[in-house]
Order: sequence, then structure tokens, then C-alpha cells
Amino acid sequence: MAMLNIRNLTVRFATATGSFTAVDGIDVHVDSREVLAIVGESGSGKSVSMLAVMGLLPDTATITADEMTYDGRDLLHLSGPERRKLIGREITMIFQEPIASLNPSFTVGFQIEEVLRINLGMTKAQARARALELFKAVGIPAPEEKLNAYPHQMSGGQCQRVMIAMAIASKPRLLIADEPTTALDVTIQKQILDLLMDLQEEYGMALILITHDMGVVAETADRVVVQYKGKKMEEADVLSLFEAPQHPYTRALLSALPENATGDRLPTVSDFFQSEAAR
Amino acid sequence: MSDAIAKTPEGKLSDAAIRRRMLTEFWFYFSQNKGAVVGLVVFILMVIIALTATLIAPHDPTMQYRDALLLPPVWQEGGRAEFLLGTDPVGRDMLSRLIYGSQYSLFIGIVVVSIALVGGIVIGLIAGFFGGWIDMVIMRVMDIILAFPSLLLALVLVAILGPGLTNAMIAIAIVYQPHFARLTRAAVMGEQKRDYVSAARVAGAGNLRLMFRTILPNCLAPLIVQATLSFSSAVLDAAALGFLGMGAQPPAAEWGTMLAEAREFIQRAWWVVTFPGLAILISVLAINLMGDGLRDALDPKLKRS
Amino acid sequence: MFRFILSKLLYLIPTFLGITIIAFSFPRLLAGDPVLLMAGERGVTPERHAELSAQLGFDRSLPVQYLEFLGRLLHGDFGNSLVTKKPVLTEFLALFPATLELGFVAIVIATLIGVPVGVLAAIKRGSWFDQISMTSALVGFSMPIFWWGLLLIIFFSGFLGWTPVSGRISLMYYFPNVTGFMLIDSLLSGQKGAFASALSHLILPSVVLATIPLAVIARQTRSAMLEVMGEDYVRTARAKGMPQRRVIGVHALRNAMIPVITTIGLQIGVLMAGAILTETIFSWPGIGKWMIDSISRRDYPVVQSGLLLTAAMVMIVNLLVDLTYGLINPRIRNK
Ligand SMILES: Nc1ncnc2c1ncn2[C@@H]1O[C@H](COP(=O)(O)OP(=O)(O)OP(=O)(O)O)[C@@H](O)[C@H]1O
Ligand SMILES: [Mg+2]
Repeated sequence: MAMLNIRNLTVRFATATGSFTAVDGIDVHVDSREVLAIVGESGSGKSVSMLAVMGLLPDTATITADEMTYDGRDLLHLSGPERRKLIGREITMIFQEPIASLNPSFTVGFQIEEVLRINLGMTKAQARARALELFKAVGIPAPEEKLNAYPHQMSGGQCQRVMIAMAIASKPRLLIADEPTTALDVTIQKQILDLLMDLQEEYGMALILITHDMGVVAETADRVVVQYKGKKMEEADVLSLFEAPQHPYTRALLSALPENATGDRLPTVSDFFQSEAAR
Repeated sequence: MSDAIAKTPEGKLSDAAIRRRMLTEFWFYFSQNKGAVVGLVVFILMVIIALTATLIAPHDPTMQYRDALLLPPVWQEGGRAEFLLGTDPVGRDMLSRLIYGSQYSLFIGIVVVSIALVGGIVIGLIAGFFGGWIDMVIMRVMDIILAFPSLLLALVLVAILGPGLTNAMIAIAIVYQPHFARLTRAAVMGEQKRDYVSAARVAGAGNLRLMFRTILPNCLAPLIVQATLSFSSAVLDAAALGFLGMGAQPPAAEWGTMLAEAREFIQRAWWVVTFPGLAILISVLAINLMGDGLRDALDPKLKRS
Repeated sequence: MFRFILSKLLYLIPTFLGITIIAFSFPRLLAGDPVLLMAGERGVTPERHAELSAQLGFDRSLPVQYLEFLGRLLHGDFGNSLVTKKPVLTEFLALFPATLELGFVAIVIATLIGVPVGVLAAIKRGSWFDQISMTSALVGFSMPIFWWGLLLIIFFSGFLGWTPVSGRISLMYYFPNVTGFMLIDSLLSGQKGAFASALSHLILPSVVLATIPLAVIARQTRSAMLEVMGEDYVRTARAKGMPQRRVIGVHALRNAMIPVITTIGLQIGVLMAGAILTETIFSWPGIGKWMIDSISRRDYPVVQSGLLLTAAMVMIVNLLVDLTYGLINPRIRNK
């Protein structure tokens, strides 16, 4: 049985103009040590579905699912303390905007030591030492100094490394990375992805990687879920997806890769839909 | 938002249609806020009472009934049906004085806000548009005015101009005006960088025309919200000045002045103290409720949440 | 941080000069002869008029007069009261502790109640607590406090007879003035009942004075909390598995306090205006009552210098608030 099992997940938001369905009957499962990529264009509900797993959606969201379990434990009906035993310890998450995701009023050292002290019961000194190790492990330059820095004093890439350090601090079994490189420079993107893949192997975690980028998928994932407008379009292991995409939307995504460009401009998804419709 | 309307396939919408649509949207958000609607209703009632005071007031507000000094309200032992809310120490009908008092409050609010708004807009437009040292000097002066506690400055201005309602209103307007100037200036500075202003400039619009026709309509929302806030503060401050003997002078049926006259009777006749203050509270509260609703409806940032 | 403090101080200088210009212009704007008004005399001979004019420095050119005025201020000469003949500065310093004590207790009440109420209302957004507290806050914000004070007097002093109506302490007690704060001095005196008397005198005026700041702080705290709770870093704190108490009490609150501190600072001016009314109603011997009495007694030297001193005081307090703001906001602190 899979580690994380989601069947028929639906998320609706109550808005001023009525109810809005952001995720519409999605099935996802992840096995331990597996890398799953979720791809889909902006607004397709990738973040929302994973935030639902973490229990991080605002009150305006209504979550329903036939099943949402982690290690056989029901995630839908957890009490606060029960949830905190899993979230932040066994399942952790990093986000799209690394700088905004760190608290501007506290040093990054405080923010990582807090995890170690509260979740793992370390003393102040232990937490300090471990935080330093973690900062080294994620490749933060001048780690002792940086422990005392505030987020606004660090670059986006460094902030994302801090986020990763916090996420692996409790040796989780599942890490959800929500477009961890979108907000970063192209040169940094590769480094961060490599770091994530190395850590995944080293710690033996499962990794859910949310991305727009089919190139990233090809390099990293074992399996891919393609999502469009809140619905799952296709699910396959990477090789079969790239060789024989079943769904027209997937083909559209693939043809938008630079390698597949024909002529003098990159094709877009809507180009593809138009040509598909013309056939 | 007007961009979106301009692009609709039906072609160009007339100005009137755009305005109607904006008004509908405005009303949609305003009416979401129940408090604001209650405030609006109370405020409209207040306007009606003020306008029809001569018709609905049972007595002349300055008429002293010698045989009816400090009568309690009608439901209390000793009250009389002709004086529903009782009488004051010199035998004037409380209800009639309260009704006439609404005229003062509305008048004060309108005059103060008009002076402060017009003055503040002109000053803010000049500062924001010309920038440089003109802007610096003007904004410095505004900072200085804001450094004084408003009521204290108003009191001192009244001391200079002499006590009385007109001078009190001028004093309060001077004290409030920097808020409008600041808002206008900030809006002008923000709008100036936008395309449509440069476009108008390139098209050869003069400075004055640019200021009043192009920029001003686009910074109305914060000004309207500030105007509502100033309206209620003006009613409060004018009543406070009246209470301190520096505003409207007796025998005016102004609510603050009525309270000042009633002060020595607080232990004996609760009604002479309670009703005028309640009238101030209700009218100020109604306007502030409306202000909250206006802010919700006009602030596009809050709209989305 | 040093640069931040320096820039704030430099910024004050033109504002302070502006305040002196306003105070300087004040007697010259009065209807009537400023010499006679400032000297408190009338119907004098031309010789006496010339003498007074020279004495008060009205006979020189305006720029010279202004510089002299500034010079006198720098020497601590703020003129003398026409009524008591005492130096205005002496009177101000004698009365200021009363206003400071009242204002301080009021702002403490407003903060200690306003911040938790705002936080709770934000956490329980839409609940009955939120609705009731925010409706009350709007009522408080709309309150004519001079009337509110009278109502409290009617109820607590008149009907229940619990609190005294005026003054700072019962005349029964006499003790040396050490700090100028009745609450502290009465404790230091060791006299039985003195502290209770001081407290019972202070309670109603400070509640009245706290009303509007309390309402403003509660509303501002709520909206700041709501805004902060939607931020990414609060989501991060949740994702890290931090308990709810810590997410709100540490991660959200610390950031929400930044605008709230500014708001609390802005209440100082509101408080001074409120002090005029509150002190009048409760016959509280402080700066507010002193100013209003001086205006009605036409004690113009007091009005002139009182205006100046009060504005300067508000400015200094605002500066302190600005510096606190810099201290709690790391973006400024680490410059
Ligand atoms: N709190 C919310 N209230 C209302 N609607 C929301 C909320 N959060 C997300 N949505 C909506 O849900 C939809 C899916 O959003 P989601 O963030 O999951 O997209 P995404 O696939 O992660 O896109 P991106 O690639 O841009 O991150 C969007 O249309 C978004 O507007
Ligand atoms: Mg997303």
C-alpha cells in the first residue's frame, strides 16, 4: 500500500461571488522513496491539492475526499495535536516564494532552531549545533554568520536553502516541494534541484515535486501526474509519458519544451489546442 | 476596471452606462456590509429630521416655559405629554431642541468637510504636481499642523478668531485639511507615473486641466473615505468646542452647547445630560458605520478578500 | 540604526522651527493690540505702552523679534503667567506629571485591552466575539468623551457613590511630591488609604481618556492580524508543525505589532486632545485644564508657551515611538 493515498480529492472555496472548485476529484498516491512530479499550468490546483494534504488551507476552503491517508492514518479528520505529530515532522513542505515564506521579524537561525527545539525536543545548544550542520548540508555559505541573519539580508536562493534545511530538519519521510525554483534565477534553479535530489536520496524520503517545467520532470521524477483546471489528465511513469503521452493536454505541454520547438518561436499550449481542434 | 468595460465586445459604452455599472458594483459591495446600510438609513433619517425641523418640532426650541422647568420625560413620574423628552432648566422642550440640533451637526459637518476638502485638494495637487521645493515646503507645513493635538490647535484658533460657531468651523477645517492634502498629493504622485497622464501630457493638456480633469477623478476613493471620517470627527469636535464654551453660543440648540448648560444638573436631571450626548453618539456612529462600508466598497484591495 | 535615529532627529528640526513660528505668530494674530494683550494691561498711557513694547521686544523688526523669541526659549524663558505671575515653564512642569500619569495609565489600559481584543477578534473572525467587540469598538470610536465622562460620573459617583468626582486625591492626605505621580508618591508616603484614594480618583478619568485609543487600537490590531495571518511565513510556521498558540502569539503577532505600535504612537496626539476634555470634566489639575482655563482667562503668555510646550512634548513622544518602531522592525534595525 502506498505511503500517501488520495482518492477523489475535491477542494471548494467560498468566495464573494459564490463557490469555486479549485481541485476537482483528484487521485494521487506516493510510495516511500519515490519522486512524484505534479505538472500543470498556473491555476490548475497543484498547490491547493497539496496544501489540503498539509491542512494549510484557509477556513474558506471545503475539502472532501473518499480517502486521504498517510501510512493508513486518515488525514481528513485529524485533531490539531494529532496533525502536528505528522505535519512538520514526517511530512514537510517548501514553497514557491522563499523570501516571503520566512518570517521577516526573526533570524533564520531562530526559525530553524524552533523546529528542532519544539518538534524534536532539543536544548538550545543542541539545536544551535544541529542547525549549523543543516546549514552546511544545504550549502549555505558562511553558515555560522547566516544563522544570525534576517531573511531580507539573504538572497532568494539562500532563503530557499534555509527552507529546505528546515524541511529536512526532522528527517521527514515525505517532502512536498511546491515549485521550489520558480522564483529563483535560472542559474540557481539547477543547484536547488540538485540539492533536493541529493537529499532525497541521502535521507530516503519520498518527494512530491510540483513544477511547470517538463524538462525538470524528465530529469528528476519517477512518475508524473498531469493536472489541468483542477482535474487529473494523465498519470504515468516518466518514460512512458515522454514516449507516448496519452492526453492531448500532455502532448501540448511536451511540445512546448524548447527541444521540440519548430520555426522561430516557442509553441504555447494554446497553439497546440488550436491545431488539435483544427484536425 | 474601466479598461475591462472599454474592451467589451458590444463596442463603446456610453459614459452614463459606465457610471451606472460602477454604481451597481459599488452598491453591491456597500450593501454587503449590514452596519453600513443601517448607518446610511440613520443618516438619511437625520437629514430628513434636520430639513423638516420646523414642521416636526413640537415647540420653538428657544421658547422658555416658565411653568415647566426641568420636567422629566413623559414616561417618568411628573412628566407631561406635551414635553415628550422633558424640559431643560429654563423650561425649553428637550425634543424640539434635539431636533433643531441635528441642523447644526449636519451644517457643521458639511461646511467643515467642504472647506477642508477643497483646501486640501488644491494644496495637495499643487504639492504633488510641482514637486521639488514647493512640495517640500507645503508638506512641512502640513506636518507642523499635524504635530499639534487637533482640539488644542482648534481651541487656540478659536481664541484668536473669537468664540462662535463660524470660527469653530473654520478652525476645525484648518486642522483637518492636511489629511486631504497628504492623500491628494500621494495619489497625484502615484498617478503621475501612469501612462494615461503621460499620454494626456503628450496630447498637450495644460497643467491645470491635467490636474483637475485627469488625475483628480482617479484619486477620489481615498478622499471620499477620509471625508466621511472627517465629517464624523467634525461633529464630535464642534460639540466638544461647544461643550467647552468655545463653539456655538447659548441659546443655540447645538448638542455640545446643550451639554455644557446641563452640566450642573447632572445629579438631579439625567435627561438633560443623557439625550444630547446620545444624539451626538448616534449621529457620529451612523456616519462612521457608513464610512466603514464606503471603505470596503471603494478599496479594491479589500474587495478581493 | 544610527542613521535611522539621526534622520529622525534631523527631520524634527524643521517641524520644531515651524512650531515655534506658530507660537511666535500667535499673539500677533490676536484681534487687538498684542502688546497690551501679552502684558495683560489696558488703557495705558503712550509712555507705558512704549515701555511695555520695549520690555516684551515688540519694538524691533519681526525677524529680530523672532530670533529673540528663540533665544529666550533656549534659555528656558517661556514668559510669565498674567494671572499667577509665575514663569510658564514652572507651571507647566508642575502640572505636566498629572497629565502624564493620566495619559500613561490611559494608554496602558487601551493597549492591554485593545491588543488582546483585536487579536482574539481576528482569530475568531466572524464569531459573536468578533462582532460584539468590533461593534463596541466603533461605538467607542464614535464616543463624545465629555458626555461619556458625565455618564460615568452620574453612575459611579452619583448613583453608586464609589468614586470621587474630581481632583487627584482626597484632601485628607498630604505627602511630599517625589515623582509627581500620585500613584507612586502615595505608596512612598506609606499612609494608609492614600494609594486607594489616588487610584479611585484616577480610575474614571483614565477610563474615559482610554476610550477612543482603545477602540482605535483594537480595530487596528484586528486588521493587522488578519493581514499578517494571510502571509506566507505564517503558513510556513503552520507547515513546520508549530502549535497554534505559537503561530499566532509569536509568528503573526510580532509582525502585526509593527503597524499597531505606530497606531499607539499616533494616539498620543489624540490623548492630549482628550486630556483637555477629560481634565475639564474631572477637574484634573493637568496641562489640558490649564490650557483651557488660560484661554478663557485670556492668559495669553500661558496659551502661547503652553501650545509650544505641548506640541514639543507630543513630538518627542512621537520620536520615541518612531525609535521603538525601528527597534522592533529588523529591516530598519539592521541598516
Ligand atoms: N484561498 C483561496 N481562495 C479562493 N481561491 C483560491 C484560494 N487559493 C487558491 N485559489 C484558486 O484556486 C485555483 C488553483 O490555485 P493553485 O494555487 O492551486 O494553482 P497552481 O496550480 O498552484 O498555480 P501556480 O502554478 O500559479 O502556483 C486558482 O484559480 C486560485 O485562484
Ligand atoms: Mg502554486
